[in-house]
Amino acid sequence: MTDIILITIYSALIISIHYLSNPKIAYKGNIIAFFSVSLALIYNLIYLSATKLLISVFIISLGALIGIILTNKTQTKSLPQNVALLNGLGGLSSTLISITELYLNNFSSPFILSIIYLGSITFTGSLASIIRLNNTPLLISSQKLKYLSLLLLLLTIANLIIIPHSSLIRLFTFIALSSLTGFIFVLSIGKADMPIIISLLNSLSGFITSFIGINTNSILLLITGTLIGASGAILTIIMTKSMNRSLFSVLFHHQTYSISSNSTAQNINKASPKDVAFLLENANKVIIVPGYGMAVSNAEDELKTLSDILTTKYNTDTKFAIHPIAGRMPGHLNVLLAKADIPLSQIYELKDINQEFKTADVAFIIGANDIINPRAQTDSTSPIYQMPILNAKDAKKIIFAKRSLSPGYSGIDNPLFYQENTLFLLGDAKEMTKKVIKELE
Amino acid sequence: MLLLNIFILSAFVGYFSISNITQTLHSPLMSLTNAISGIIIIGGLNLLNPPLPLIYQILLYLAIFFASINIFGGFYITYKMLHLFKPKDKKND
Repeated sequence: MTDIILITIYSALIISIHYLSNPKIAYKGNIIAFFSVSLALIYNLIYLSATKLLISVFIISLGALIGIILTNKTQTKSLPQNVALLNGLGGLSSTLISITELYLNNFSSPFILSIIYLGSITFTGSLASIIRLNNTPLLISSQKLKYLSLLLLLLTIANLIIIPHSSLIRLFTFIALSSLTGFIFVLSIGKADMPIIISLLNSLSGFITSFIGINTNSILLLITGTLIGASGAILTIIMTKSMNRSLFSVLFHHQTYSISSNSTAQNINKASPKDVAFLLENANKVIIVPGYGMAVSNAEDELKTLSDILTTKYNTDTKFAIHPIAGRMPGHLNVLLAKADIPLSQIYELKDINQEFKTADVAFIIGANDIINPRAQTDSTSPIYQMPILNAKDAKKIIFAKRSLSPGYSGIDNPLFYQENTLFLLGDAKEMTKKVIKELE
Repeated sequence: MLLLNIFILSAFVGYFSISNITQTLHSPLMSLTNAISGIIIIGGLNLLNPPLPLIYQILLYLAIFFASINIFGGFYITYKMLHLFKPKDKKND
């Protein structure tokens, strides 16, 4: 690749990531990165012979069409699944490329075999993460799955040692076993940790790209791959820090839940939309805490209307508090609120808003549970122990807009439900918010 | 080794590039870096040049297909997300 084009491509990519530090111009970064990758694509296409060029262009166009159709059908609440799928396909692609590379190296390169391994686990791991994100119930315990994946890992190594190099069976079995290992292993990881896994697999596919670059002496793949791999790795670490857990714990510790008692046995204060409206209109300061349940119910537009009525008609100081791991992907809820046109100035991160809860009259918690559960601070047996939480417990009144008393993603009970100053607005988040808005109008 | 030096430098650049990105933009960051990792497609394109048995050509075309979905789907979903953060007067209705 001529140097000038190479330099243009990787410089543009680095600059494009920088644009993402400002929400207002971030969209430009996307455009720059797209042109950069397209330039690399075109530059490599023109060296192909005529037939291969035509076939490649056709296949790339087909892939582009499918990619766009898939994305069009993705709702904002399924963003993490979409990203996981695309990442998995990238992993599959790198595995197929590495198989060809291995052939060109007479099937005897340990380095390429490692790349095939990583590519396989990225692909199947991504598929498993989609299953976990869709909340499909597993029929086997997390612990058993982890032991199973360890067994598969041992079988993979045994396969490499026992079967002779020249046999294609060795390669097939290797790919099959490594794919299975990746799949089972990610299945065994807690649902609440899926954002970390997605980020980790994202980083992994970056490093796979750079390893392929090392193998094929492609400086472009090396630089780009390492860029993606390193940024993904740092993002993963940022996320584990925001949960106050280590990556090791996320990957290898299995959940031990304390069995929560049947929560319907205890008393909760049920409220009607009228009661909630009354509380809200008389409050000076309201902090709205959205969770994944809000996303599932598509209540973001109603939240915008609610916030607008409170601010304009009742002069209430209304703020939104987003926990770093609310939703199923970092920044997931930020995207949802942005979609509803809620101004960035009203949206606060944990460190900026946590002190304000004690002066808040109402904490309106919609579709959220674990992120405000005080047991994260008190209960050392809970899976969310030591995770930083939003201090909704400090507010004078707490309103839960939830469908039921069912435990959140982590499966544990929340003592906030039963407090004197807590009200429950039971029902679908979107419908209930609409009713509250009606009462306020 | 030259390659090792490039690797380490790129890793540092990657680290510093994302240290200024707020939580708000973490989702688009993930989908953007994911889309960029589709650049592996050129690895497949380069291998098409030398003559290969048919089976490997098929594998490569498949690889190019999946990488293309990764690229175009990835940039499109990043576009949809970032479009939401644009200043309002620039957004179309």
